[in-house]
Amino acid sequence: MILTNIIAILMLVALVSLIIGSKFSRSLPYLAAGSVVLCFFLLARFASNNHDIFHQAMPLLSVPWITSLGIDYATFIDSLSFILVALTLILALVCILVSVNEIQHHHNFYYFNLLTALAGIIGVFAAADLFLFFFFWEVMLLPMTALIAIWGHENRRYAAIKFFIFTQVSSLLMLVAIIIMAFIHQQQFGEISFNYFDWQRLNLSMPLQYWLMLGFFIAFAVKLPSFPFHTWLPDAHTQAPTAGSVLLAGVLLKTGAYGLMRFVLPLFEQATVEFAPIAIALGVISIIYGAVMAFAQSDFKRLVAYSSISHMGFVTLALFSFSSIAYHGAIVTIVAHGLSSAALFSMAGILYQRLHTRELSKMGGLFASAPRMGGMLLVFVAAAFGMPGLLNFVGEFMTLTGTFASHPVATVLAATAMIGSAIYGMYLFQGSFQGKPHAGVQIADLLAHEWLLCGLLFALLLYLGLFPQSLLMHFEAIYPAANITVTGGKL
Amino acid sequence: MTALTLLPFFPLFSFLILIIFSKRLNWQLATVIALSGVGLSFLASVLLINDLYAVSQSSDISAGVRESLWTWFMLGEHEVQVAFFLDPLSAVMIAVVTGVGWLIHGFAAAYMREDENYSRFMAYMNLFICAMLILVLADNLVLLYLGWEGVGLCSFLLIGFWYQEPGNAIAARKAFIVTRIGDTLLALGLFYLFLETNTLNIQEILAQQDSSPLSSEAAWWIALLLLGGAVGKSAQLPLHTWLPDAMAGPTPVSALIHAATMVTAGVYLIARMQGVYLQAPDILNLVAWTGSLTLLIAGIAALAQEDIKRVLAYSTMSQIGYMMLGLGAGANVAAITHLMTHAFFKALLFLTAGAIILAAHHQQNIFHMGGLLKRMPLISILFVIGIAALIAFPGTSGFVSKEAIIGQLWQSPTAGPAFWWMAILGAFITSLYSFRLVFITFFGQYRGQHELHPQRHFLLLVPLCMLAVLAILGGYIPTNLEQVFVAVDAPDSQSPSWLHSVAIGLPLVAIVVAYVIYFPRANATEPVPGKGSLYRFSRNGLGFDATYDALLVKPFVKLAKLNRHDAIDLLVQLISWNAFTWNSAAKAIQSGRLRWYAATLGIGTIILLLGVML
Repeated sequence: MILTNIIAILMLVALVSLIIGSKFSRSLPYLAAGSVVLCFFLLARFASNNHDIFHQAMPLLSVPWITSLGIDYATFIDSLSFILVALTLILALVCILVSVNEIQHHHNFYYFNLLTALAGIIGVFAAADLFLFFFFWEVMLLPMTALIAIWGHENRRYAAIKFFIFTQVSSLLMLVAIIIMAFIHQQQFGEISFNYFDWQRLNLSMPLQYWLMLGFFIAFAVKLPSFPFHTWLPDAHTQAPTAGSVLLAGVLLKTGAYGLMRFVLPLFEQATVEFAPIAIALGVISIIYGAVMAFAQSDFKRLVAYSSISHMGFVTLALFSFSSIAYHGAIVTIVAHGLSSAALFSMAGILYQRLHTRELSKMGGLFASAPRMGGMLLVFVAAAFGMPGLLNFVGEFMTLTGTFASHPVATVLAATAMIGSAIYGMYLFQGSFQGKPHAGVQIADLLAHEWLLCGLLFALLLYLGLFPQSLLMHFEAIYPAANITVTGGKL
Repeated sequence: MTALTLLPFFPLFSFLILIIFSKRLNWQLATVIALSGVGLSFLASVLLINDLYAVSQSSDISAGVRESLWTWFMLGEHEVQVAFFLDPLSAVMIAVVTGVGWLIHGFAAAYMREDENYSRFMAYMNLFICAMLILVLADNLVLLYLGWEGVGLCSFLLIGFWYQEPGNAIAARKAFIVTRIGDTLLALGLFYLFLETNTLNIQEILAQQDSSPLSSEAAWWIALLLLGGAVGKSAQLPLHTWLPDAMAGPTPVSALIHAATMVTAGVYLIARMQGVYLQAPDILNLVAWTGSLTLLIAGIAALAQEDIKRVLAYSTMSQIGYMMLGLGAGANVAAITHLMTHAFFKALLFLTAGAIILAAHHQQNIFHMGGLLKRMPLISILFVIGIAALIAFPGTSGFVSKEAIIGQLWQSPTAGPAFWWMAILGAFITSLYSFRLVFITFFGQYRGQHELHPQRHFLLLVPLCMLAVLAILGGYIPTNLEQVFVAVDAPDSQSPSWLHSVAIGLPLVAIVVAYVIYFPRANATEPVPGKGSLYRFSRNGLGFDATYDALLVKPFVKLAKLNRHDAIDLLVQLISWNAFTWNSAAKAIQSGRLRWYAATLGIGTIILLLGVML
């Protein structure tokens, strides 16, 4: 029930704020934050009651939905979805905190979209039925597009349409693959089924398996985003309102990684082994290309957007190297990047509110007037360039240690991103906070609610960076491809 | 909680207090907090080293103390722990870091007194000490890497402490990125080590070398990659270019980070991993080459510097070159002893230079000084003591350690007579640039525009005097380093008997040469910097910066800016451009005018008919 409850609460509050929210738009953030905190509390209580159960997938509520097609409303939870749902809820709180001063119009519709998107994302992590999965996949897309198109910056319509077309076209490929899978189930077991656990029994012949895998892979690679499907991301990030960027970078990208881990790797084992060299090459190209592109940007948010591409490349690399150390590294990277990119985008939002610009050339020397903000930015930049002690380092280190055994060349190339990230990180920090201040530029230091969100993200990055075992201890059992003998796929 | 687990965290606590309350603390309070953080660490170090010494007296196995705090993360079956390990090698390091660090903190308190961000400065210094202690105490290489990156970040923060000056920010960035290249190589070395040994615990790796050593290919690569990390941090060829620019930081920073402690981390790393390096004699030879080339090139560059701190920076590079050379020749004990004595006399030199700079209103050009011996006699004498140790004047600490290194070069299987000659030539150059500095700065007429204002705060003078004592006597501090290192067997051939006298005598000859060339004569014109192209070439660090700039930095920046708008996105836009174009073309046809439809109908029919007929 737990995830269904969370989705229901979020949807309910979303509807309430849409219908009657315009009467009390000042208190809408409190309402939204309250519902998110409540959801988090429910999740935490569930976790503490079921400490040892969800090492393996644990089925939750399941009711028939469209019986003639064998479609159920079926949900489940395991460590992976638990961590991602928890991350989503934490970042939801961050989204609400950054929206407090930023959103100036249509408050009720804004919070409706925000909460619906959150519900959709949590649904994606919860679905055990692929039709339901696809349903939620679309549910999160529409409000996200609305967030960009209505509350975005100057070029918002272009960015929103680009975002929509990219994800829509790619998810159509996935839909085709999902339907074919359901029919294959009918062929082999007599009844049509969209259930994830049923699909694990399927026996897929090779060329077909490869094409089906590709259908899923492209959808997830666009979300991740991986080179060469990444170009929607810089536009969407730059134009989205701060909360939209936080949501996009923090969790929406993670649905792509989640899809790879949940569906592509376990369902199409043979095809992934064959496909691995290409995927690893794409991962490495994303890592390097993202880092170089980040350095070339002069727009704060665009820079962070390209750095996201670089970081998510590590996830692709890790997952397709079929090493359990790297797999754990991918999980850590997902969480780490969720927190650190959310933090950097929040910083961009906080600065935009004060300076009304995202151009680094118009910043500079801000440390003089806002030292605490500068300190926080430095910490988040340090997280992004993999400072040990913060969580991102653990992810990168485990990923590269794991991949080095089977793919030394790819690892060496990926490791150059450690230099690249230092370059763009320094460029970002020094461009905004060091150097001579522009004449008359004085900004206010962090306000109370900004302190809250920065402190929350910093504390999480530091705590998990020093004790990443609290994140990883449940993952011994669920490494899916452990039985694949790593023969193919050397780069 | 024992002293060992707390040791690195005292400065962390004081860092937290200083950074949280920052400007609300007045100078006295901030000073007390900052000094007590480091001071407690120093006391803990002294206690621990005493205990360690007692243990090693009672048993003859090389003893080490290990304290584990928690499991950081798992690499497969291997637990990477947050754990500290103390043996005679790390004992020397913590003694230097906390002891010299404490003295420098005291000096810094007086030096930075007027700065409006004083607490922030001391906070960064404390954080640096914490990171450096973690680096040297780490029991595994991942934790060492944490310290390694931590000192790099603090170095960045402190070089760019006066961040409003764009030059300082650029120097800070350069230091960080150049060392980061080395760090990446180090990280790759760790990946390779883990692949081969399935552990990253230093003692386990070293123990494995006795039972099942690395294959020679693996050892070759691992040793090379670790050396890459070491040359980045220790400013050796070819990643040395950041160090002279790092002098943009406040002078106590240069003394602490860029002379006494952080830059020697590379030496520590190689010494620590001696077991691995012994499996790769080729790389040991490469270490010797790196050290000897660096010491020569840095020495030549130091001959042409005009900024007192840049002279000292190049001198630091060159002295670390000696340490590397010692490591390459297997003279690890001597190299680490030189690390220790160098920390004493180079910290002394930097701090006295700082006192001069403070008195001369932040004038750093030696050609605008002169005659300081008469005006600041105490500081001048202290400086000359440091110089004496630097050139290994008999009786000083530098003599003990440097002669020990040079003495082992001739017979070493991984070095040899050629390296001995380079070291001797380096010693000659050291003496030459040192006394060029002394003669131009302290003798002749004072050439500055401002009146000198020597400071006499006791926090300024006490650390200087104590460092001067250490610079003279520090070479005789017992270290027990023999317990840690494997002695390299030298072949039994006799080395020539004149080796020692040449090694001792040549630096003294160089003083005379320097006197002839540089000493300001009573009735001669004022000393001026050289004008020749060779002089300018060596003043600019022998063109390394320009080369890197032209070959690496500029192309990278150009390439990145060229693709600013993302070539891939252009392809995507091509698709949408196509859609829009065909859309408007199709729209144009659907004009709604009957005549246009009739005409196209007619033309179409004619084309069709023609097609049929032909």
